[in-house]
Amino acid sequence: MTAVADTPLDPTDVVRVQVPHRSARSELRAIKIVWRRELIRFLNDRMRIVTSLVQPFLFLFVLGGGLQRLASAGTHGVDLKTFIYPGILCMTVMFTAMFSAASIVWDREFGFLREMMVAPVRRSSIVIGKCLGGATVAGAQGVIVLAIAGLVGVPYAPGLILGALGLQLLLAFAITAFGLSVAIRIKQMQSFMGVMQMIVMPMYFISGALFPSSGLPTWLTVLNRIDPLAYAVDPMRRLVFGHLNISAAARHALDPGITWWGWRMPALLEVGVVLGLGLALLSVAIWEFSATE
Amino acid sequence: MSDSQAITVRSLRKQFGDFEAVKGVSFEVGTGEVFGFLGPNGAGKSTTINMLCTLLTPTSGEARVAGHDVVRERDDVRRNIGLVFQDPTLDGYLTAAQNLKLHAELYGVPPALVAPRMEQVLTMVGLWDRKDGQVLSFSGGMRRRLEIARGLMHSPRVLFLDEPTIGLDPQTRRSIWDYIRQLQEREEITIFMTTHYMDEAEWCDRIAIMDQGQIVALDTPERLKAGVGADRVTIQTADNDSAIAALHARFGIEAQVSEGAVSFRIEAGEQFVPRLFAEFDPTRNPDLPAISGVSVSRPTLDDVFMSFTGSTIRDAEEDPSKLRNRVMMQMMGGRR
Ligand SMILES: Nc1ncnc2c1ncn2[C@@H]1O[C@H](COP(=O)(O)OP(=O)(O)OP(=O)(O)O)[C@@H](O)[C@H]1O
Ligand SMILES: [Mg+2]
Repeated sequence: MTAVADTPLDPTDVVRVQVPHRSARSELRAIKIVWRRELIRFLNDRMRIVTSLVQPFLFLFVLGGGLQRLASAGTHGVDLKTFIYPGILCMTVMFTAMFSAASIVWDREFGFLREMMVAPVRRSSIVIGKCLGGATVAGAQGVIVLAIAGLVGVPYAPGLILGALGLQLLLAFAITAFGLSVAIRIKQMQSFMGVMQMIVMPMYFISGALFPSSGLPTWLTVLNRIDPLAYAVDPMRRLVFGHLNISAAARHALDPGITWWGWRMPALLEVGVVLGLGLALLSVAIWEFSATE
Repeated sequence: MSDSQAITVRSLRKQFGDFEAVKGVSFEVGTGEVFGFLGPNGAGKSTTINMLCTLLTPTSGEARVAGHDVVRERDDVRRNIGLVFQDPTLDGYLTAAQNLKLHAELYGVPPALVAPRMEQVLTMVGLWDRKDGQVLSFSGGMRRRLEIARGLMHSPRVLFLDEPTIGLDPQTRRSIWDYIRQLQEREEITIFMTTHYMDEAEWCDRIAIMDQGQIVALDTPERLKAGVGADRVTIQTADNDSAIAALHARFGIEAQVSEGAVSFRIEAGEQFVPRLFAEFDPTRNPDLPAISGVSVSRPTLDDVFMSFTGSTIRDAEEDPSKLRNRVMMQMMGGRR
């Protein structure tokens, strides 16, 4: 069964490799390798592609379609599905990004993480590669949901599509970074998924993905303003609503924006908050990962 | 410290909380040597390997591998070592070739060398024709061989093998040893390995016996065995229990039953056999069971181990259910 080369090769035939010293290029290569592996993993896992789309579609068509009759008075003639569509765009990438972060727990359970940890590359390259991989995979998933914009009355404007995709990538990056900073501490898949559900689901509901963030009870307003996800959902809604042809009253009621004592935050600032937070979480993940033995 | 040694270790210690897993070990491994670490479960073998390969930071002490300090020159150490961990670390979703390619890229193997080197290492472990098979479909022995091939992809100067043959059938274990020997001849590589199997330790140039975080003996297998002195005598009888009782009563010997035969240790075994037969002669002592066979063997590493640690190493590795429990526990994430 085990074919051993019975005529020992001439030692001069041995292909001898010199491992080069570490450099910026080798780090970039490492980032690319980890990133590409995430992609290969994702493409091989058709189940995951399908399952992480189930929830967004369920929310969009069942919840959106089902509650339409109740809500029509308050939506000023705008379809509820159209209203929650920006929130659904965010939701899609959130779930996919969470799964991507989970792969580090998975890799640990199956030992592969060690293979990467002893390679002559920085731990930060591994984390950055994972993060970019998570963002890319989530972006790909987001494209699928963007593709159905027409079904919910949202036009296929190039500016809208590019902007939405950019926001999705940013959000996916931040969520992956968040997931990684949690995942590095957790050794088991089940606990990780549990913890993520416990943190991310409430954050999602509070973010205003499914309702306008004005005129809420005070406690909910406070929670909403400190929920980082709100700062990703709001620019997405603004972007989508910017391309809708609706009455001023509807716009005012449905897209009030995030206000602090009456001052409406500019979209760019909101995006900056998400970006800043994503980078901070990435640093935390890198720091934690470098400190683990 | 001299850098002509592949590995130099001085008073290396590792503390986990208030538990001291490695209690100050010192040793040197020469370039091109096959050096074995032998010890029961929990002796601290893996912990020592992990410190040498920079995965764990020592609590105190020093170690140099391939001429570099494991704490201050981590990357230089990593570039020069290959590793096969105790627990598998392959990506099951990738093929054998993809696993090796990923490894080569992580280590920055020049692209032109990846294919020829891959062919060489895969041929050596007999997996060249399975290179496009998904690792999930491989048997345990194939995975182990693939991991060895992967550890060799970047031509390391020192190869660490943490129990490379655990749970494998004798034939596969044998072939893994053939690769190790080939490597030593062809690539001037230093091999540091741990094992539970006494018979394997015999193959090493030198072995260190580790027990409870300390090295209790370190020498060539021959010299360690010579140090024990006493031979092992094994006899076959129709009635083991009464033979043991008789040995105790007449010679003061503590014998045990092992593998269905009565065995005991005694100095100068060959000279003892005639006395034994005289005593067990049925014409003289008809009440004693007849001896139907006898063998005398020189001390084995089992005996060496016993004499240094006061216990046998057998328990852990020969009970497959224990092994399975351990694997299960590790899969449940008990340990990284
Ligand atoms: N990360 C850790 N935290 C706490 N204790 C640890 C850790 N790693 C190992 N230990 C303990 O250190 C001791 C030595 O473990 P080690 O894995 O080095 O043993 P070993 O000789 O390799 O044993 P085995 O033959 O079972 O592989 C054990 O008692 C183990 O429980
Ligand atoms: Mg071990």
